[in-house]
Amino acid sequence: MNAALAILGKRVFDALCDLAPIVAVIAFFQIAVLRQPFPDLADVAAGLVCVVLGLALFVQGLESGLFPLGEAIAQAFARKSSVVALLAFAFCLGFGTTVAEPALIAVAAEAAKVAADAGFIADTDDTRQTYAFNLRMVVAFSVGAAIVLGVLRILKGWPIHRLIIGGYVCVTLMTLVAPSEIIGIAYDSGGVTTSTITVPLVTALGVGLASSLKGRNPMLDGFGLIAFASLSPMIFVLAYGMVV
Amino acid sequence: MFAPLAEFFTSFVQTAWATLLDVVPIVTVLVVFQVAVLRRRLPNLRRIVAGFVYVLLGLTLFLIGLQDALFPIGETMARQLTDVGSTVADEAIWSDYLLVYAFGAAIGFATTVAEPSLIAVALKAQQVSGGAVGAWGLRLAVALGVALGVALGCLRIVTGTPLPWYIVAAYLVVMAQTFRADRSIVPLAYDSGGVTTSTVTVPVLAALGLGLAASVPGRSPLIDGFGLIAFASVFPIISVLGYASAASWLGRRRQQTHRQ
Repeated sequence: MNAALAILGKRVFDALCDLAPIVAVIAFFQIAVLRQPFPDLADVAAGLVCVVLGLALFVQGLESGLFPLGEAIAQAFARKSSVVALLAFAFCLGFGTTVAEPALIAVAAEAAKVAADAGFIADTDDTRQTYAFNLRMVVAFSVGAAIVLGVLRILKGWPIHRLIIGGYVCVTLMTLVAPSEIIGIAYDSGGVTTSTITVPLVTALGVGLASSLKGRNPMLDGFGLIAFASLSPMIFVLAYGMVV
Repeated sequence: MFAPLAEFFTSFVQTAWATLLDVVPIVTVLVVFQVAVLRRRLPNLRRIVAGFVYVLLGLTLFLIGLQDALFPIGETMARQLTDVGSTVADEAIWSDYLLVYAFGAAIGFATTVAEPSLIAVALKAQQVSGGAVGAWGLRLAVALGVALGVALGCLRIVTGTPLPWYIVAAYLVVMAQTFRADRSIVPLAYDSGGVTTSTVTVPVLAALGLGLAASVPGRSPLIDGFGLIAFASVFPIISVLGYASAASWLGRRRQQTHRQ
């Protein structure tokens, strides 16, 4: 019991350290620069307590739930050694976690507005919704494809920098020909696809795969899945902007 | 006395529901593959389920706290700070907005340090590297990268220069660093670009970008408001690669002085 309490206490303390910078920045700008009193101090304090407790619980859940799960699955796939099943799993994980991502839904709706403004599509609710929906599907597909590519890379031991730099070259070339209105959204779309629950799972999956395969080094081959998942949406959204 | 509690309860249920919906696709994929393909009982199933519950509860509390306490202040501040130059002439002068760059850098740094996905990746990296990559060192390096990126991103919105110039230039720097860097840090550095922007950072940066683009004369929120997230995802790669080179350079130097 005491040990559990000690762990909880440590988690809460860590969470406090994590949050201290935000509080310091906001307090500094509020008091020293804008020179205004804090609005609703009690609300803010209650909110901060929630945030600290939430962060502490989240980290505890990572260590006892998400990390072991990702690694157990990676090991199970490595034992089964069915590449097709593993790649299918990778695709579903990438597609499934992205398609319902709230940040992506917001960005897609925003993109539809831009497209309608620029005259690429008719400015009606219907066309905007179709555009946003298709865009979401494209991004979700691209993340699925990216995780598949990333897993293949771990299996084959390809060096990551060639693939990523190849991706950068693709983005650069496509930027030259893509309509300028879509570029900002395409560049931002890479950042919004990786949610807080996906990242730990995917990271544990990559590291778990690399540690259970012979000749793979978890540090060298285990990381990198997230990098693919945030680069490929840029390429696919640029392509979508050029085609539609 | 009861009104705030009832309010808290409704927002708790709403946020918990939204988080749960977020998790449903992941759990579905996991369960389907577990039952149909792997067909092997997971070890410590009970602990894993408990962990999932912790993660859900934790994220819910975290989001509620942010929505109630921090986001409103952050957004108001972004609005107030970006308002400074709007009354002056019709051409924006970049030096009128120094406070905005400072605020962007500070808030980018602070939100990144608290970003749960980054905490997860940093913990994993520390564990995998056997402590050679420290969780705090990595998080600070990433946060510095985001700070630099957001400040530059704000400068870009104010000056109205094209986004691709900056991003492509950053890509060139990443490429040059990649060929000089220690190979084992490269995958982690690439990953750190993608993890910086999720729960905490995206809403704050979106508010800052759109607010800034709306208040600077001659900028349109639709065209110029985007891009901060892109900045925040490229610059951490540079700072992590830089941090690794600096660490290994310092290590070599220490060894040399030791020998002498």
